[in-house]
Amino acid sequence: MKYLMLVCVDGPFEADPAELNVQPWLDEMHARGIRLTGDRLRPATDATTVRVRGGETLLTDGPYVETKEQIGGFDIIECANLDEAIEVASKHPIAKFGMIDVRPFWTED
Amino acid sequence: MTEATDPTSPSGATGATGGTVAAAITTAYEQEWGRIVATLIRLTGDWDLAEECAQDAFATALERWPRDGVPERPGAWLTTTARNRALDRIRRSATEASKLQEVARVADRGDDRVTLDDFPDDRLRLMFTCCHPALTMDAQVALTLRTLAGLTTAEIAGAFLVSEHTMGQRLFRAKHKIRHAGIPFRVPPAHLLPERTSAVLAVLYLLFNEGYAASGGTDLVRQRLTAEAIRLGRLLTALMPDEPEASGLLALMLLHDARRPGRLDAHGDLVPLEDQDRTSWNRPQIDEGIAILERTLRRQSPGIYQIQAAIAACHAEAPVAAETDWAQIALLYDELARLAPGPIVELNRAVAVAMADGPLAGLDLVEALVQSGQLAGYHLLPATRADLLRRLDRHAEAADAYREALDLATAEPQRRYLERRLTDSVAAADGAANQRQSG
Repeated sequence: MKYLMLVCVDGPFEADPAELNVQPWLDEMHARGIRLTGDRLRPATDATTVRVRGGETLLTDGPYVETKEQIGGFDIIECANLDEAIEVASKHPIAKFGMIDVRPFWTED
Repeated sequence: MTEATDPTSPSGATGATGGTVAAAITTAYEQEWGRIVATLIRLTGDWDLAEECAQDAFATALERWPRDGVPERPGAWLTTTARNRALDRIRRSATEASKLQEVARVADRGDDRVTLDDFPDDRLRLMFTCCHPALTMDAQVALTLRTLAGLTTAEIAGAFLVSEHTMGQRLFRAKHKIRHAGIPFRVPPAHLLPERTSAVLAVLYLLFNEGYAASGGTDLVRQRLTAEAIRLGRLLTALMPDEPEASGLLALMLLHDARRPGRLDAHGDLVPLEDQDRTSWNRPQIDEGIAILERTLRRQSPGIYQIQAAIAACHAEAPVAAETDWAQIALLYDELARLAPGPIVELNRAVAVAMADGPLAGLDLVEALVQSGQLAGYHLLPATRADLLRRLDRHAEAADAYREALDLATAEPQRRYLERRLTDSVAAADGAANQRQSG
């Protein structure tokens, strides 16, 4: 099953840079064939929200919903089941400081 | 999510069939429901289909058994009937290759002469899946009662004092999450087993306590919950014989439940442990609980449920309250506080220490808890403090503490108990004051 991991933080936090090094996690998940792709994202202040209403394109500066939590990055992972996805997410360095939303892909059934 | 009427309800069964067949169906429902649902979930991966086909199988039994007689192996008959029903349903809706593959998969699992032994017991998988920590605790409990114990949505809603609609939604969402989020239908692998077993035990214990607590629901509903918790505890113990905490929890539930007949007086008021009529306790059940506990303790792998069961056993074994081995209970609470520290355990420890070493020793521990503020708003904190002050003949202070407890207590039987104690303390305080004046 494919899952999207939204890597989030709720405001600034202090951490030892070594603890935030994501490379060992990337190496492991690539070696296991789990991580398909992913990237870091610019903060919500750089977001633009796009809506089309009555044929008109409406733009808003900022994210579509203002929350304290910021999405800092995402990963797309392929796992056997939720237990494996939870294990993968729990090993991500940001899980210790922020939180990770593990969202299954929509599949037809 | 259709849910036919419960085919085991006494009125339905007896009306149509007469006593023995009705009894056979009721027994089969209690013993086989969870097993059939679990087997069908494994075969089809579809929780709703599994429940509906299990329901259909019992409806068919209700129709056929009075005519053809009760089958030699009711469980195998019901499982086969439910499986064939699932097969029909999948075939009829099979439009895609994947559905046809599913038919082949289900059909492969045996022919019509299949016996129960051909089906491995899938109930353990079902238990772990229902109690998956990615589901809310409420959902875990509801799902366990529906799929394993076979309670109807209406019955579960009644037990938790929510509307049938709300409970239906809760079950619907939980089943969908299992399916769409990829919660696996399995007994977790070894590295996940300890924490996931704790989750299953926590659900059973919550279920038991929901039924044992004196608030909410009717007596009948509450007794059903404790009975189901014990039944599931027995099942878990049978399926995981090497898990000491599962046996510990079963012993704990048996020992607590055995005291049920003495807990309430004729008015429905709580009777404190020391005042309970111990001859009313269920002796055979106490003996069973203690036997299970002793076997389990020999494994020397203590845990929170075994310790709590050992405490319950100390109470159950005392022929009269005065002979309770409080020193042993205080030691067990020390151990419990070490394994599972928390203010409630600390409060119980204080009570045990007060009984073992005198009220003053207990009061010190209670005062420390009051200072910590951890149990602010919990009526049993001032109620315990009041009780210790009363035993120290500090009646005026005790009366104040009983008043404080009354401000916090909500359940009527508890309030009536506290009010009686308050009246006694006020009288004793006045009496002491008069004595001082006259003396």
